[in-house]
Formats: sequence, structure tokens, C-alpha cells
Amino acid sequence: MELLTSQLLNGIAYGTLLFLLAAGLSLIFGLMNVVSLAHGSFFMLGAVIGFTIVKLTGSYWLALLLAPLPVVALGVAMELLFMRRLYARGHLDQVLLTFGFTFVFADLVKWIWGADIKSLQIPASLQGMVGLLGTVFPVYRLFLIGFGVVLAIAMWIFLERTRIGTMIRAGVDDSAMANGLGINVSLLFTSIFALGAGLAAVAGVAAGPMVGIYAGMDVDIMVPAFIVIVVGGMGSLRGAFVGSMLIGIVDTMGKSLFPDAALFLIYLLMVVVLLSRPQGLFGLQRAG
Amino acid sequence: MTETALALPKRSASSLPWVVVVLAVLAALAALPLVGSSYAINLVIEVLIFAIFAMSLDLLLGYTGLISFGHAAFFGVGAYAAIILATQLGLGIWASLAAGVGLAAAAAAVIGYCCVRLGGVSFIMLTLAFSQLLFAVALKWRAVTGGSDGTGGLGRPSVLGWSLTDPASFYYLILAFFVVSYVVLRRLIAAPLGHVFVGIRENEARMQAIGYRTRRFKLLAFVIAGAFAGLSGGLYAMFNGFISPESMYWTASGDVLIMVILGGAGTLTGPAIGAAIFLLMKNFVSTRTDHWMLIIGIVFICCVMFFRQGVYGTACSLLQRRRTKR
Repeated sequence: MELLTSQLLNGIAYGTLLFLLAAGLSLIFGLMNVVSLAHGSFFMLGAVIGFTIVKLTGSYWLALLLAPLPVVALGVAMELLFMRRLYARGHLDQVLLTFGFTFVFADLVKWIWGADIKSLQIPASLQGMVGLLGTVFPVYRLFLIGFGVVLAIAMWIFLERTRIGTMIRAGVDDSAMANGLGINVSLLFTSIFALGAGLAAVAGVAAGPMVGIYAGMDVDIMVPAFIVIVVGGMGSLRGAFVGSMLIGIVDTMGKSLFPDAALFLIYLLMVVVLLSRPQGLFGLQRAG
Repeated sequence: MTETALALPKRSASSLPWVVVVLAVLAALAALPLVGSSYAINLVIEVLIFAIFAMSLDLLLGYTGLISFGHAAFFGVGAYAAIILATQLGLGIWASLAAGVGLAAAAAAVIGYCCVRLGGVSFIMLTLAFSQLLFAVALKWRAVTGGSDGTGGLGRPSVLGWSLTDPASFYYLILAFFVVSYVVLRRLIAAPLGHVFVGIRENEARMQAIGYRTRRFKLLAFVIAGAFAGLSGGLYAMFNGFISPESMYWTASGDVLIMVILGGAGTLTGPAIGAAIFLLMKNFVSTRTDHWMLIIGIVFICCVMFFRQGVYGTACSLLQRRRTKR
């Protein structure tokens, strides 16, 4: 029981990380009809930039605050200079473009930061364990869960209660119609792409102490994040949240209960959802 | 994807120069072992194997309009199956190769059944996810696949008692496989089935309205492409004598995708040329710098931004424009 509780909490912590990536991916897809394959690269960039900030200043909090900023700038630049030029050509070309960037970023990160495995120092206040629900649990993971919940609520308020959020939802529903109503849709595209990049970078800094920083972390997080989106449904924040928690918990529990079959569990879950509800649990009903 | 970007090159206008070009290319390929060093021969063998691989992806990407980000999975299945069946179950080399092709097609049928349910962008994510699953299997199933060390031991075959171990005769074997694959795929695309594939690429809803069950045809394209990818994987296992999980990693799927786009999607010839450019460039760059991924990434981005038709597609439309001017 004790093991189950702690694995459940671990699963939620992993799910929180996935949510930070999946939320951005899902909104980008909903609005722009594009899967950003570079999203894992933003995650990795956040982690390595955070690593450098911690090394220079010794402050994890500063890293969490500042590391996403250059990545957001990168997202803005990528959208304005590259993605935007391909709007007229259809979204598959834009996907190919983001794919090209994964090669570039993977090599740049290896070049600048080296290929060795790094770890982010946890701040003193988050070190150690805490007793919880009859088990002991690392304080840092508990912080991660709380941090994710706060961000999720903030995003929900942003989307549901603010003017920009309303515009984004209008764009997700029907971007041509939103454009016709006088909403600057291409500005929305840029902001959502940059916001998604920023969230991925935040996830990267947050993941640093938990999973370590290594070459290949970009794809290792991308694949489960994709599965989250397929399971949860695209273009929906709620779907991204439920999907992340589901995948996070199933994967973590599976790894401790059936180590040999764990690999297949999340795929099995995805296939079941795909065959019974192809648009995902909370997905938009929309062709291709 | 716009219609003009991927339009088939028109060959009917004057077919004589094409015949000359094809014969010249074949003659040059056939003459290579007489003049080339064994290094050059091995390089061209690799190019021909990856050309088959790239052409198989082109059937999906260029003709059916399905972007697969996990095509290396079937290359890997073909290669692993050929080696494992030959070394651990004692099957003959040819039987192992055939079984590898069959298993790759079977894997493509299962994975494709799930993937074709969702079109467009979701298809990309699913193919990537499933290929990473097969990669993980190759990595973790140590007892059979040898884990991260990979596995090897597949020899080179013999035909009618004539052993093909020396580079030159093995080269002719691979060249024969390449020519046959090219002709089969070319015939397939020219056949009514190929037109259904192109119809799905251009307008799937319209094909459904006419009465085609497009999902079945997409699955069929996926299985055929998987089988040819498996063939190229099996040939690679023969050539290299060894396969490791890296050949199934997402970067390997990315490599073959780059070959197709670089050469020109939807032309069949283009991806074969793309494979040649890619491997020659990789050979050249890798000996001089470690930043191959950076360079090919930038080349690919430029290609998508400015030369979406690829080398061969651009050349074809230039020729066509000149011809219409006359």
C-alpha cells in the first residue's frame, strides 16, 4: 500500500511534467493545426539553459524564472521567420520545418553543453523527504505537483476568463471565422507558439532535478507527450490534463508493478483509446 | 501540400531523351565495379540499399500523402528478422530475407491499422510513437536482439552455387534488387492502384465520395511501403553483417524522410537521388566535422523553405518550363 501511494504520487509528478508539454502542443495543434516536433527541443533547451543559470548564480529559482525567456524568444523568432512563411503551403510543410529544427537544436545543445549527463541542483528548501499519506515522498516532487497545479489553474483562468484567452478559443474553434471577426489570428499563432515553447522550457527546468539532463531527453519526453495528446484529444486543455495524469500514473505504476511489460502499457492504453474513440477522450471532432 | 509541388513529371512529351538517360545511368552503375575502388563500390551499395528504403517511403509520403515519421521501424524489423532467423533458428539466407520482408509487412499492417484511423498530423505522431516502441523492443529484448550492442552474423548469399562474398558480385546483386524494386514501384504507381493513392493524397474526401474505402487503401500503401523498407533492411543486414537499435531510432526515420524531401517527394526517382546526395554528403562531412546533424538540419530547413520539390523535382520543372517556352 505504501509503495502504491508513493508510486501514485510519482506518477502524478511525471504527469505534471507531461502536462506542461502537452498543454502547449495541444493548443498549438488546436490553433495552427501543426504538431511542433521541436517541442522536445524547447524542453531540452530549457533544461540546459537552466543548468547554466544555476551554475552561474547558484539559484534554482532564478533558473526557473529566467531560463524560459530565451526559449520564448526563440519560439517567437521561429514562428515569425520560418513558420509564418509557410502558412499558405499547408500545415504538413510546417511540421517538416519543426522537424528540421530538432536536428539543429540537438546538435547545438551537444556542441555547447557537451554530451555528458548533467543534473540540476535542488534548492536546499526543497531537499529531503516528507511524510505524506502514510509514506515518505521527496519534497521536490511534491513541489513539482503543486507548481503544475498552479500553472494549470493559471492557464485555465487565462483561457476562460481573459480577453486574449477568449480570442485563442475562438481561433481554435475556427481560425478563419475568428480572422473574419477582426481577431489578429497570426499574432495569436505567434503568441501561442511562443507560450508553448515557454511552457516546454519551464518543464525542462522542472524536470532537470528529477530525470537528469542528457542528449536524447528531447525525444524521450516527446513520445509520451504525443501519446498524451492522442489519448486526451487535441486542442483541449482538459484533455491534455487528464491524458497527462493518466499516462503519467499508468507508466509509473506499470514500471514498478510489471517491469517487463511497462513499456507496452501506455501504448496499449493509446491503442484502446484510438480504436474506441479516435478523436481522443476530450478531442475536437474534426477531420485531419 | 499543393498540387503543383508534387505533380508527376511529364514524360510523354519526348520519351527518347529519357530512355537515353536511363540507359546511361544503368550503364554507369553496371560499369562501376570495373573502374571503382572497393571503397567506392561499398559506398554505392549503401546508396542503392537506402534508395530502396527512400523509395518505399516516397510511396507513402509522395504518392499517398501520408507523412510517416517512423519508417525506420520496418527497416529495422527486416534487418533484425533476417539476422535473428539466420543465426538463431538456422534458416537459409534467402529464406531469412524473405521472412524479414514478410515480418516487416506484418508489423506495418498492425501499426498501420492503428495509424490510418487518424489522418494528417496525428498520423505523424502515431508513426513516431510506434517506431520508438519497436526501437525500445530492440534495445530491451537483450536475449534475442543483443540489446544496445546489436546483433550480427548474417553472411552473404550465393546464387546457383556462385558465392557473392566479394564486393563486386554483391554489388550486382544489390543493383538487381534496386532495379527490380524501382520497376515494381514504378509499375504500381502507374497502375490503377497508384492512381487511387494519388487521389487520396490530392483529395481524400472526394475519393470517399466516389466510393473508395480510403482507409483500406492507406493501410495497403503502408503495408507495401513497410515491405520494401523491410527488404532494404534485410539487404542492409547482408551488406553490413550487423544491425543495432540505432538503425530504428527516430533520427534514422528522420534521415530517410530527409532523403525523400531532398531528392523530391512524389517522383520515385528523386528519393533515390536524395539517398545518394544524403549519403555522399554524410560521408564527406562526417570525416571533417562532428556537426553533421546541424548541417543536414540546416540543409533540410532550406530545402523545405525554398526547394520543396527537391533536387529532382526542381530539375524536372526547369526542363519542362524550357520545353514549353520553345
